[in-house]
Amino acid sequence: MFENLSHLALQQYWWVIDSLLGSILVFLMFVQGGQTLIYRLGKSDEERTLLINALGRKWEFTFTTLVTFGGAMFASFPLFYSTSFGGAYWVWMAILFCFIIQAVAYEFRSKPSNVWGAKTFEVFLFINGLLGTILIGTAVGTFFNGAEFTVNELNQSRWANPYGGLEAVLNLHNVALGLTVFFLARLLGSLYFMNHIEHEAIFNRSKKQLLYCGIPFLVVFLFFAIRLLVMDGFAIDAETGTVSVEAYKYLHNFLAMPLVLILFLVGVVLVLFGLIKSYLAEKYTKGIWFTGGGTILVVFTLFLLAGFNHTAFYPSNADLQSSLTIQNASASHYTLTAMSYVSLMVPFVIAYIVWAWRAINNKKLDLEELRNEDHLY
Amino acid sequence: MIENFDMSLVDWSRAQFALTAMYHWIFVPLTLGLAFIIAIMETIYVKTGNPEWKKITKFWMTLFGINFAIGVATGIILEFEFGTNWSNYSWFVGDIFGAPLAVEGIMAFFMESTFIAVMFFGWNKVSKKFHLISTWLVAVGSNLSALWILVANGWMQNPVGMKFNPDTARNEMVNFWDVLFSPTAVNKFLHTISSAYTLAAIFVIGVSAWYLLKKLNVPFAKKSIVVAAVFGLITSLFTVMTGDNSAREIVRDQPMKFAAMEGLYDGSKGAGLVAFGIMSSTSENGNDNMKDFNFKLEIPNLLSYMAYMDGDAFVPGVNDVINGFTDNDGVVHPSVRTKIEMGRKAIHALKTYKKAQKDKDVNLAQTSLDELNENFKYFGYGYFDDPYNTVPPISITFYSFHIMVGLGMWFLLLFTLALLFVYKESIVSNKWFLRAAIWSIPLAYVASQSGWIVAEMGRQPWVIQDLMPTLTAVSNIDITSVQITFFLFLTIFTGLLIAEIKIMLKQIKLGPNHGGH
Repeated sequence: MFENLSHLALQQYWWVIDSLLGSILVFLMFVQGGQTLIYRLGKSDEERTLLINALGRKWEFTFTTLVTFGGAMFASFPLFYSTSFGGAYWVWMAILFCFIIQAVAYEFRSKPSNVWGAKTFEVFLFINGLLGTILIGTAVGTFFNGAEFTVNELNQSRWANPYGGLEAVLNLHNVALGLTVFFLARLLGSLYFMNHIEHEAIFNRSKKQLLYCGIPFLVVFLFFAIRLLVMDGFAIDAETGTVSVEAYKYLHNFLAMPLVLILFLVGVVLVLFGLIKSYLAEKYTKGIWFTGGGTILVVFTLFLLAGFNHTAFYPSNADLQSSLTIQNASASHYTLTAMSYVSLMVPFVIAYIVWAWRAINNKKLDLEELRNEDHLY
Repeated sequence: MIENFDMSLVDWSRAQFALTAMYHWIFVPLTLGLAFIIAIMETIYVKTGNPEWKKITKFWMTLFGINFAIGVATGIILEFEFGTNWSNYSWFVGDIFGAPLAVEGIMAFFMESTFIAVMFFGWNKVSKKFHLISTWLVAVGSNLSALWILVANGWMQNPVGMKFNPDTARNEMVNFWDVLFSPTAVNKFLHTISSAYTLAAIFVIGVSAWYLLKKLNVPFAKKSIVVAAVFGLITSLFTVMTGDNSAREIVRDQPMKFAAMEGLYDGSKGAGLVAFGIMSSTSENGNDNMKDFNFKLEIPNLLSYMAYMDGDAFVPGVNDVINGFTDNDGVVHPSVRTKIEMGRKAIHALKTYKKAQKDKDVNLAQTSLDELNENFKYFGYGYFDDPYNTVPPISITFYSFHIMVGLGMWFLLLFTLALLFVYKESIVSNKWFLRAAIWSIPLAYVASQSGWIVAEMGRQPWVIQDLMPTLTAVSNIDITSVQITFFLFLTIFTGLLIAEIKIMLKQIKLGPNHGGH
């Protein structure tokens, strides 16, 4: 089946899968957003424990999705992996440190004799939520604004400056995407708490956050989106493979791919609908599904915008012709074919995740349940 | 050609990978083995309905959870380090190596993370059978995670199922099944997981022995020992068997590594096995990697027998591999000097091919391609000048191997004695045994780490056997960056390890009647 597809079709298929994984990852960052709200929403130790335990039952999904996203990018676009990770060393290392400290924080926080104290592990969760989201968003911003690397004829890469990718934070557009992801994660975190926790005060405080985080979110998101539509982009000549700068490239991509544009707009509407309805209605708890679904659509379409319609998805500002495209950075036809068969398991994986979670999430988490629980975070 | 590479960058990159991998491997074997032990205990609970077994299951599950979290924390960095620190490697072999990592994520990690939540939080929410299935799926998922990364590692030791593509300058997969079912990968997986099960069994026995010494939770401890000792005896026998198979693979595919493991400098027919040896500080041929023996206890013909099931078979030593030899099947292995010449031809041919492609010189492209294909088998040797630079550090490989094997034998005895004493109902009175069982916990970790030192130090200087030396695999980054991250990892991981040990000890002191925390 897959072996009969052209190499380009497989490359597109895998770009779609990676984009989907990336977009699901951003949705699941409600865990990170929630972690930055623990002290804002929880006013007592008991309330904070409730919040942390609500997040603690989901953190592994975000973590696993991040790891799978990394593995899938390695397997499908290994030149991106070797170029970006080997070059933007400090950006990726900083992101990884944020996630290393998260993984232990839940399990160790409330355990006796944890040496460093509960507060330390709560700080770990906060750092993960704050820096993890901003840095990942900023790093993805370089998909549109480019990075400083060169690739030689043997496809060995070298970073063109000594800053190891940290220079990305000097670009306002990259930072705007980082902040967008951060505020979005906080909004999703608030919606998750409203949906998942049975506690009136926490519900009302979460609702307030929809306004406090919603306004800065809209500001940075609009800045990012409007700038994206008017900025230059990196186009590939389909015949020669030559990369050149094209004015309004991403606007052109939207117009050339109307379905992507429609999905993007639907996504934006869903994000806003979930937020507004949750804020205005007295006891609305389903906002997470609308805003979360909208998030997946928006992020998914942004990835498609970066890689499709003859666009270099990882442009080089140091040497335009070193820019990475889904064609020159991908795995071989054989490897993409083999992995495509593996990808057929994804619906099955999603099905068992839904099945298992339905079984244990049949009611909202409350203090009563925590008092009877012997595996506490 | 070695002088063209920044060796201190290579060394720091290796040190960082070794540090992070060894820290990760402190936690993984316990996760892999304890998952099955817990599943067996819960199965007994479901079968018998005896709440005592539920309590036992939950206690070990608490320790599992603590260990699992830090295993996850130390694991994420390894996946990304292939890109951050070994960027040339991740392009050269990413087409093959990346696929198992992706499959690992899709197939194994999600299974593990989904059902671990049911395992911890589903006791009062799902049926007993659903919960039991979830516990088993956690065990299967965590072991599937190990499968794919070990397949990738096996491929690095014995690259199969691929072809070099000069246009992309990388190795590309041509047969997924050859990669997955390579005998090296299969043996590596089976040997690694069975050794992990053994470690977990020792952990359970050791902790239980502490309770018996303190006369605490005696019925609980005895039951735990029975399950762990049966499990451990089976898995340690399996570890010996798979280790034996693995060694026979190595002598054929990586004879230099085998010679290093056995401390065999000059091969011979009817080679003896060095059962015990002490190396001096002086070295043979002035090569720092080849230390002379001060003392060695050798069993005649045994090495030949173990390697080829024939006591008179020829086993090549380090010098034979360097100078070339003919193996027992009559296959001629060229000298390293010849391999270096062939490797240089391959590297030169690749450069000529790339230039010819650029200049659109079709004839030159074809002749250089032919030369490349003819010599590619030894591509990586072209980066060396001195044949003795292809010798791994022998003393550390030799000692690690012997420590691992010696401890493995002790573990077999430990499980046998545990079962014997339980059967005779004398385990509580055999205090020396209980103390030995407790001390066997750190020894299990020493054996486990030694195994990886043998695997990874023994194959130096290769990151991909014969094709890519470690020195060419590193990212082109500033050495200071690697030094800083090395110490950051050292600090964070050590801090977390201290916390984990203290938490574990506290939970053990609280015991199974504590009911969580």
